[in-house]
Amino acid sequence: MNAGLAPGVRAAVRPGRLELLRRRPLAVAAVGLLALVLVGLAGLALGTVSIPLGDTIAILAHRLLAWPGAPTWPATSETIVLELRLPRVLLAMAVGAALGIAGATLQGLLRNPLADPYVLGTASGAALGAAIAVLLPLQVGLLGLGLGQLLAFGGALVAVTLVWRLSRASQLGSLTGLLLTGYAVGSLLAAGLAIAMYLSGAQLRQIVAYLLGSFAQASWQQVAVATPLILVGGLVLALRARPLDALLLGDETAAHLGLEVARERALLLGLAALVTAAAVATAGLIGFVGLVVPHVVRLLVGPGARQLLPLSALFGAVFLAGADLIARLPGELPVGIVTAVVGAPFFLFLLRRVRTGYEL
Amino acid sequence: MSDLELRGVGLAYGARPALVDVSLTIAAGERVAVVGPNGAGKSSLLRCLAGTARGRTGAIRLDGVPLEELRRETLARRLAVVPQQVQLPFAIRVEEVVALGRIPHQDPFRGPRAADREAVTTAIRRVGLEPLVGRDARDLSLGERQLVLIALALAQQGGLLLLDEPTVHLDLRHQVQVMELLRELNERDGLTILAVLHDLNLAAHYFPRCVVLDGGRLVADGPPAAALAPARVEAVFGIDPRLLAAPG
Repeated sequence: MNAGLAPGVRAAVRPGRLELLRRRPLAVAAVGLLALVLVGLAGLALGTVSIPLGDTIAILAHRLLAWPGAPTWPATSETIVLELRLPRVLLAMAVGAALGIAGATLQGLLRNPLADPYVLGTASGAALGAAIAVLLPLQVGLLGLGLGQLLAFGGALVAVTLVWRLSRASQLGSLTGLLLTGYAVGSLLAAGLAIAMYLSGAQLRQIVAYLLGSFAQASWQQVAVATPLILVGGLVLALRARPLDALLLGDETAAHLGLEVARERALLLGLAALVTAAAVATAGLIGFVGLVVPHVVRLLVGPGARQLLPLSALFGAVFLAGADLIARLPGELPVGIVTAVVGAPFFLFLLRRVRTGYEL
Repeated sequence: MSDLELRGVGLAYGARPALVDVSLTIAAGERVAVVGPNGAGKSSLLRCLAGTARGRTGAIRLDGVPLEELRRETLARRLAVVPQQVQLPFAIRVEEVVALGRIPHQDPFRGPRAADREAVTTAIRRVGLEPLVGRDARDLSLGERQLVLIALALAQQGGLLLLDEPTVHLDLRHQVQVMELLRELNERDGLTILAVLHDLNLAAHYFPRCVVLDGGRLVADGPPAAALAPARVEAVFGIDPRLLAAPG
């Protein structure tokens, strides 16, 4: 949305401290990509067994890029990097990207800075689905996914569909109706979750673990199922940047700008729900990423969705891969705790210190 | 050149009629004020013209083409609507708000092109917003924000500008500023302008043609001296017209 004004007009723009970045979303993207590579390499090299960075890079080059030459590293290093850590790092990046882009979409769509990917029932639907799976005496799987992941995915999508359908019948203005319906349905599902937890007895710990989020169970199969969903959903979302920008002005004005508002909103909401469902099904309920990352990106490059959506995905990936690394180092903390413990103070710092044209 | 023609237009919200059998032709290059008491159907008329009214009856044609046959995007390239006020949920610079007016012209897969930049810059200059371009649009006064919304509509580069009570929250200086701007846009730039106004003095002073609505019906249409004659003002608004200052 960068207007790219003529020189005479541009001169009148008051320069802010981060003006340089705002003019150059590509520079922000370059910083983000560099951070992504660094966090990725750190995630592969560090852990209970540390692998020298040189070996890590050589293993990747050798196996993934078919780099010639005989291995000079222990076979166990290769197994750890390729079979244990790489899928985990990739999954954390994919889930972080999903939460970042879904959060940015829903904040814009609902015109609400407090919105996050979970606001329209996806989290409570997924949690209830996962809890039911824990309680069911079944061992079913599909495509390498457990019953918990399947029911969480389904639960998220059923919940958001329910919210959408019910809100259309509400008498309130469509956005308020959508938010309040989301809140009501979420509360109802949360009550269901509470019942499941109350009845769960010894399995309570499994449900709590899901609620806090983790990548400890990451596998290549999960990467293979979740990543395409997130990639395709995220890509289509990023291509809907223009309608999302128009919706910032409200329904009526968006319609005046040529938008089929109801259709666009349904499409954007459906895509955001899809990538969120893929994220929560694989990793559990990881908070804070989808709320905060879009705000940080907005502070840097402004609210234009053409920049906001891809950069929210990028920085979501960096943030969550980093948080998972921190969660893993002391011996498997739930990553949802780390995102909050690390993210909240950082966000507060940012709110205090950053002075740009884009105050929150 | 944009020619707008309404024949027997009606609109109802549930059982309550908002517009009844309104027929009206607005030729390209005209400047028309729509006045009437609260609930007379002014905003409904605007919504019908903008193509956002559901369940409208009758015919509306833009240059002879029925409105419902135009794609929303095509309509947005030819006809721009200036809303009363817009709540912005996030910090956004004035230049970025104006750039949203280019949405109907932009390829969804590409960024702004030279023509888009040109249109945004022109719109900002036209409205005199240069000193404010880098400001957060949410920090502006109501008058300044109204100018931003007009610039956004100008960036759409349609031949037809519809405005919904553009002076409603403004102080006198800004009211005059907006009215002078509309006159210039009409007389110098050749835009067709239709503005819903609540202030009869402004309508009479700045608009060569006034359309009066009452109870959803068109009750007068013509130059202000005739359309806003004292007897009609008394009948429609229920007030003694001598209370109003004499039009300019």
